[in-house]
Amino acid sequence: MHPAFSVIFLTTLIGAAQGLFLALFTAQSYAAFKLLPQPDAHAFYGQGSLLALVLLVAGLGASFFHLGHPERAWRAATKWRTSWLSREVIVLPAFMGVVCLYGLAHWLGWHPVLMTLPGGLPVDPSAILGVAGTLLAFALFVCTAMIYASLKFLAEWHSPLTVVNYILLGGASGFSLAAAFAAFTAPELVGFLAGWAAIITLLGFLGRAASLYRNSRLKPKSTLQTAIGIKHPTITQKTQGFMGGSFNTREFFHGSSVGALRAIKWFFLIAVFPLPLVLLASGMQGAAASLVAAFLVQYAGMLAERWFFFAQANHPQNLYYRAIA
Amino acid sequence: MTQLALVIDLNVCVGCQACVTSCKEWNTSGSAGPMGDQNPYGADPTGTFFNRVQTFEVGEFPNTETVHFPKSCLHCEDPPCVPVCPTGASYKRKEDGIVLVDYDKCIGCKYCSWACPYGARELDEQQQVMKKCTLCVDRIYDMTMAPEDRKPSCVKACPTSARLFGDVHDPESAVSVAIREAGGYALMPEWGTHPANHYLPRRKTRIKIHEDELERADNPLKVDRQLPRPAMDEPTLDDVTTW
Repeated sequence: MHPAFSVIFLTTLIGAAQGLFLALFTAQSYAAFKLLPQPDAHAFYGQGSLLALVLLVAGLGASFFHLGHPERAWRAATKWRTSWLSREVIVLPAFMGVVCLYGLAHWLGWHPVLMTLPGGLPVDPSAILGVAGTLLAFALFVCTAMIYASLKFLAEWHSPLTVVNYILLGGASGFSLAAAFAAFTAPELVGFLAGWAAIITLLGFLGRAASLYRNSRLKPKSTLQTAIGIKHPTITQKTQGFMGGSFNTREFFHGSSVGALRAIKWFFLIAVFPLPLVLLASGMQGAAASLVAAFLVQYAGMLAERWFFFAQANHPQNLYYRAIA
Repeated sequence: MTQLALVIDLNVCVGCQACVTSCKEWNTSGSAGPMGDQNPYGADPTGTFFNRVQTFEVGEFPNTETVHFPKSCLHCEDPPCVPVCPTGASYKRKEDGIVLVDYDKCIGCKYCSWACPYGARELDEQQQVMKKCTLCVDRIYDMTMAPEDRKPSCVKACPTSARLFGDVHDPESAVSVAIREAGGYALMPEWGTHPANHYLPRRKTRIKIHEDELERADNPLKVDRQLPRPAMDEPTLDDVTTW
């Protein structure tokens, strides 16, 4: 497939934002149970939510560049019964709304006790919004990934590993961002967040390696024989019917060399996993520079990872476009 | 239930591209707007087409056959492009099974083209909406046309009658008979999309003449007589054999 930068930025930016929100609420939950020191709520949760919101808006903005008619985008919310894309279109603004409210609750210090848990733990609006946001963050990961995983014709995507990797890689980049952000706003949480960022990065490596291994062993279900319905083992295309390009020759081919593809694969394998792990480990004690570098390197790697994710998918329609003339 | 479709006879198609140009001409002139071309006279021309004819060579030289393969939307009975559409712009008509795009609702997200294994959908660069074969829906129901003209433009253009049009759910229709009796098949059956369009395979054309076709075996009145034998000194038919 042809990797579209609008979609690459959409999925990586909102993935990092979802991970960042999950990191914020994880820290809040630990702090509520007195497992972590209470950070400055205004600075860490409030501004952290704002940062997540900025990433979500940027991602949503990028997605509009993918559309031929952005002014009709509102129509995309109608077919949620059948289309994962439609579901994403509904869940993304809902998640943005909850992140906004969650940030506001912390920003304005709005903490009335709504009820008390059996252990005597007070529940305020931010806790309820945090739970709702967590559910929506996971729902959004599933919707985004299922857009690709639900397409049975694209064997490289049609796997539960696609969903697992969207969750793990978005989570890893979000927790790395949270660790870097905490170095400025809540230094007492840096060790906790950097630790979790490292753990999720390691899990993400396992998931991505598993999908790379799976994809390297795929056997295409369709062949030129089934594509044109002639059983002979030797069929060669003499012409695709036109000399110039068409949508079919642009949208479904990445147009890069095998060498470029391999270079990008190795770049993301290094930039998403081992490099951020080293930088996170060195920033564990609160060195802001290495934590910021960890996130930036990992995010750059995520752009390459997403590019490779699209480029690697081989669409069966390509069987019909193998020779110009 | 009606399911309109094309049946394309690969044994007859000569790859003349008449259906391609006829399709483009009809559909670029319609009320739905033009099928735009970009850079048509430049170095890298491109444009929207609903129908293409491709050419394949089957076998190894010298035992090869050239197969011309017309390719357009197959109007699947279970179209995978329809449920993925987020806006409902892509739909399959209940009354005749044609898969259509509502150009006023399409947001141009290209998701349906990813969900079609045949590559039957193209984004129109000029209108920025997804387009595909409509089976000339603005032609086949046009009561101002003569009944014999109420057929898709490609069918009317084909000089060898390689393209048949009709209801594949009506067992007595010409297309159903052709599918049944000439070994009609669907493309990429492995995906379970159940294309409505079918293709008729190449056939070997041989002529075998039996003796009783030259001379009636039951010839009680001897109306058909045997050909007179030439005399021994007369030239025979080919000078090498005698009767």
